[in-house]
Formats: sequence, structure tokens, C-alpha cells
Amino acid sequence: MIDLSLIADGGVRWLDAAGPRSDIVLSTRVRLARNVEGFAFTAKARDGERLRVLAQVRQALPGIPGMEDHVAFRVDELPLLDRTLLHERHLVSKELAGLDAQHPLRSGAAVFLADRLGVMVNEEDHLRLQSLQSGFALQSAFAALERVERALGERVPYSFHEDFGFLTACPTNVGTGLRASVLIHLPGLVLTKEIGKVLAGLQQMGLTYRGLYGEGSEVVGNFFQISNQTTLGGAEEELVSRLHGVVQYVIEREEEARKVLLRDAGYIIEDKLWRAYGTLRYARSLTFDEAMNYLSGVRLAVGLKLVNGLSVYTLNKLLVFSQAAHLAFAEGRPLSENETNLARARFVRSTLERETGSVG
Amino acid sequence: MLCDQCGERDASVHLTTIVDNEVRQQHLCEKCAAERGVETTVALPKHPLSAFLHEVQAQAAATPDAGKCTFCGTTMSDFRATGRWGCSHCYTAFEPSMRELLRRVHGNAKHAGRTYQPPMPVLDENATILGELKDRLRRAIESEQFEVAADLRDKIRVME
Repeated sequence: MIDLSLIADGGVRWLDAAGPRSDIVLSTRVRLARNVEGFAFTAKARDGERLRVLAQVRQALPGIPGMEDHVAFRVDELPLLDRTLLHERHLVSKELAGLDAQHPLRSGAAVFLADRLGVMVNEEDHLRLQSLQSGFALQSAFAALERVERALGERVPYSFHEDFGFLTACPTNVGTGLRASVLIHLPGLVLTKEIGKVLAGLQQMGLTYRGLYGEGSEVVGNFFQISNQTTLGGAEEELVSRLHGVVQYVIEREEEARKVLLRDAGYIIEDKLWRAYGTLRYARSLTFDEAMNYLSGVRLAVGLKLVNGLSVYTLNKLLVFSQAAHLAFAEGRPLSENETNLARARFVRSTLERETGSVG
Repeated sequence: MLCDQCGERDASVHLTTIVDNEVRQQHLCEKCAAERGVETTVALPKHPLSAFLHEVQAQAAATPDAGKCTFCGTTMSDFRATGRWGCSHCYTAFEPSMRELLRRVHGNAKHAGRTYQPPMPVLDENATILGELKDRLRRAIESEQFEVAADLRDKIRVME
């Protein structure tokens, strides 16, 4: 099995709830898609071409600010469990990890990870540079990523077209190649049924939303990933600041919805949230979706200050570490679905037990 | 969500049928849905690209393809099938359709972000250039572009 302790903070510093507005925004991710000139895009490239792309990037990275102390993984050589583990930590995409039925694992697939920065090689595009930070931190995540992108672009030639900008395999990414997204917890808007209006508004602003794991994933536990939809026709800073403004607005709506809930349905909400806590604290078997939904309730209870003694950091860690591959990794063996649900309940129970002597 | 039938591809067609007063929900991929004779094109416009792809597909029935990208051999019908271009040269090979496509997807076909100047290539890396030419030669032969292949073979001979 891979040693994730080699990566700074195990690659999950984005969970530490130290960033701005961590009560509502779990994390911020910015990615830039780039291709290396002279080679066909990844899906069309030959094995040899993908390996040459990888060799160029590997050679260039030690001189890139922010990436000096990176850890490299040849994803194509990792067993399934390790690849799933990296995906569950949001460090590689489903496609790079070969977990997507439509995209089998490709030779030359690799990832270079440093503190809150990552470079995926031979994803849909040759390069997917990403910056992942705790809380609502669009500007700082973009600034950190741009430094890497500029320095790397001085050593590795990117495909660029004067009119179309940075060229990508999928035309929906062309131009800036920038996708900025914010993983946000909106239980108040869901419970007050205001969420539909808010999501429709996003689309009018050229933004879109997805579930926890990006494209194609379902919304679970009231976590939404809000991101820009278009990548061409606006400057990078514009795309980032427009998203920032809209997310700021959504946060304010969420706060209002929470106030309304407490005012109009105080005891009902309180009862619902304590039941969620009780289930997590004592259940013997939990599916992933159940765990996510109850954790959403407990997270809201912490946000409303109904529950004390539980940190947002612990709840964030539970989200990631209670996923199937993490549980199998912790148990040191593959688990059946039933075993996974038992292991999940055990893990959630023991984590809450350790932290909540004083919950009340 | 995986397709109920093949269990391999993602389900994108959600079929509700009523049999003997009982409601059944089935989740199928495009292919299995098509095999069952379910009309799937109605589901297309969900994706910003789909509407465009659908339209190109309709046009293509009437007019032959514009040709191939000389670098990677991608054709318009390859793009229609995958929604992905094969290489950076496709953007110039299919430029007129590209502008229309980008306008539909992004509401704009002109990059307004940062400009970029690639670093000067290191010319003494003959090995890399040679490898690249050989890759292009293989691709040209595979896509039956024999004139391009002949040119490439000559270039490789000179370098070797």
C-alpha cells in the first residue's frame, strides 16, 4: 500500500477547517487544464508520447516554487485500493485513477503532490494543476496555483492559440482552462426549500453545481460544489471574482435560512439534529449516504451552537476517512459491502466517543 | 450510477414504465437504451455540448466530413462520438466549426485571459524530435494519409 504520510499532512490539509468560513465552506479548489505542445492529447496519444510528457514534467517540477518537496505517484502502477484512496482524498480525479467505467487506467498516469498543490499528468488533458485549500479561499488558492502554472510554462511548452487561449481536449475547458469550485454545506437552504431558487440563480450567473466528487456525482449530505461553467471569454481574475461574489451571496442566504429555521421550528430542528447525532454515536452499521446525511445534521448542529465540544475539523475528517477505501486501508484488508458498513459505524462511533465526553 | 443492464457504463437514461399497474424505474446507458429501442435524443440537451453535437450529427448526414486533422487523424465524426479533440492542431483543422461551437458553449469565441509565449524549443534534442516524427508517421499510416506519411518518412531519413 502507498504511504500517504509522505505527503505533507497526508494531502488532507484542506480538511483542517482553518480557512475562512469553514463553518459553511468545506474547501476551495482551483484547477488549470494545460496540454504540452507537440503531442496528441492524452486519449489520442501513444504510450510513448504520454511517457515523454511525464518525463518533461518530472524534469521541470523540482525547480517550481511550491512544488520543490513534492511526492510523485505513478498512478498507472498503483493497485485499485491505493488509487481509490487518492481519489477519496480529492487528490486525483476519477478519470486519472481509472475508476471511471468510460476511461480505463492509462499508461503514464501520474500525480505530483505538494502542500495543498497537485499536478495530475495524463488526465483528460496532459496537465491538470490543482490547488486545494481549506474554507472559502478562492483568491489565495488561485494565486498559489498561478505561480506553479507560470513557472512550469517557462519550462514546458503549453498548447496555446491566440484566439482560443489554452487548448484542451474538451472544448468546455478551452481558453483559461480554469475551473474554480467551492465545496459548500447548505442544509439551511435545503430544509427551508429555498435551495431550488438559489441553484437556478447560479445558472443564470454562468455558474453550475455538482455533488461532492464533481462531474456526474450526486448531491449527498447537502454538500454542493459550486463552480464556473464557462472558461472562455473572461479573464482568470474575473472568473474567480464572479464566483467569489456569488458564493458570498449564497453564504448569506444560508445564514438567513438557518436563522429562520431556529426561529420558526426551533425544537423540531433541535430534535432532528440530536437524532442524527444519536444515530452516528450508537449505530452499528452505516451506509455512506446515511453517514453523510447524519454528519450533515451534526455539522448544522455545531454551526447553530446546539452541540458543543465537537470540532468542524473532526466532522471534516469523518467525511473523508469514513469512505470505503479509507476503511479498508485502516483495517488492512479488502472489505465486503456489509463489512464496510460495520467498519464505518465503528469508526464514526469511536471518533465521536474520543471527542465528545462533554457534548451537551 | 451504472446501467442496470450492462453494469459497465454510466446510466444516463432513466426510464419509467408502468406494467400491470406497477411503476418500474430503470436506469440505462445510452447504448442499452438504444438497443431496447428507447429514443434517447430527447435527453441530449442537458449537456451544453450535446445540443451542438446533435446538430452537427444532423448536418453530417447531408454533407461529407470536412476532412482529418493532419497531426492526429481526428475527424469530425470522431469528435461527435467522443466530444473530445485529438490534439491542439484540431483547433486549426476545424476552425470554422470550432468558432461556432465555442460561441455556443461559452457564449464567446475569443480568449480574454492571460496570453502565453511558449519557451524556445531546445533544438539539440534531436532524439525527442525524431521520436515525435516517428509517432506522427505511425499515426499517418494508420489513418491512411499516405502523402503525409511519405513526407514524414523523408524527414526521418534525413535526421537518421
